[in-house]
Amino acid sequence: MYSEKVMDHFQNPRNVGEIEQASGIGTVGNAKCGDIMRMYLDIDENQVIQDCKFKTFGCGAAVATSSMATELVMGKTVDEALLVTNKAVMEALDGLPPVKVHCSLLAEEAIHAALWDYAGRQGITIDGLEKPKNDISEEEEDEEY
Amino acid sequence: MFANNEIGTIEPVAQIGQIARKHGVLFHTDAVQAYTQVPIDVEEMNIDMLSVSGHKIYGPKGIGFLYIRKGVKIRSFVHGGAQERRRRAGTENVAGIIGLARAAELALSDREERTAREKEIRDHIIERIEREIPFAILNGDRTNRLPGNVNFSFQYIEGESLLILLDGKGICASSGSACTSGSLDPSHVLLAIGLAHETAHGSLRITLGMHNTLEQADYLVDSLKEIVRHLRDMSPLYADMVKADMVKKVS
Repeated sequence: MYSEKVMDHFQNPRNVGEIEQASGIGTVGNAKCGDIMRMYLDIDENQVIQDCKFKTFGCGAAVATSSMATELVMGKTVDEALLVTNKAVMEALDGLPPVKVHCSLLAEEAIHAALWDYAGRQGITIDGLEKPKNDISEEEEDEEY
Repeated sequence: MFANNEIGTIEPVAQIGQIARKHGVLFHTDAVQAYTQVPIDVEEMNIDMLSVSGHKIYGPKGIGFLYIRKGVKIRSFVHGGAQERRRRAGTENVAGIIGLARAAELALSDREERTAREKEIRDHIIERIEREIPFAILNGDRTNRLPGNVNFSFQYIEGESLLILLDGKGICASSGSACTSGSLDPSHVLLAIGLAHETAHGSLRITLGMHNTLEQADYLVDSLKEIVRHLRDMSPLYADMVKADMVKKVS
């Protein structure tokens, strides 16, 4: 049911990992649904995304969409990254089965959540960016202690 | 159900039958997973009706049988002709019936020896996984389970990913994750035995058959170890657990 590109990104995911002292970290998803994605961004003073890493708990499509999302935002400016939509992710993967489209939506939200975190830390607002619905970063912080 | 298809639990059917008989309640059991795997005596167990399917006893697909105790009357729900003494209309699937009968004959004839072999392989898999893969939870009873059923939840990872990578290694299994069922909830059986959602999502069911070997069992566990490690390296839940654990150790 998955395209060759999806299988490739699932079996050989790009940019898996964490960024220490990241500029922004976003976690989206829901353990109940079985999909959780975390995106790390390293953004320089020109608002260019120098590095991007991810970790994902989820199915093949969840891993592939988050992997592809890191490729699509790498090297882009914050404003350009905002334009990366779930449709772009799906097209880059040669499509997803209908039942897996929500994974691509989650990948888009993961990027937004990381950008939202970055904006918060910088004390700025990013045009066109609202706090993503499935952002669970705050919940996670509460649970740590 | 005589035995649960997901976690292999063999139910106390004889006790249930006794209670039903005492209160004049008709008792039907779905024995699809249990027939030819465990001994079944409809008299001793007070079973009034029992269902079996060919595809679980190395017989043809698309055929099964319903045992009905003499004296129990049922209504037909396939109407039209008078076949099967008016119980089910339609020309009988003779080829299927003969295949089913022969399958039953063969499977009943070597039940003890066949299931003893499967149990050995099953228990070998369970022991190796418990010893060699951390954060793995066995679902279901350790001993009172179907001879060929293994079901584990591997924490911090998701079932469909497991299946895809196992498939890449030539291993077929199934999972209780939502992604594989098309609904949002994971297996209702796993939730019913008290697993948290995310743990249920990471479950794997492996079923053995008479052709499986210990070599295959070792190949399975070796592959699983590698795959689980690969998926945990990608998992934010695993990363969080490791960090929390380190914090605990320091404080």
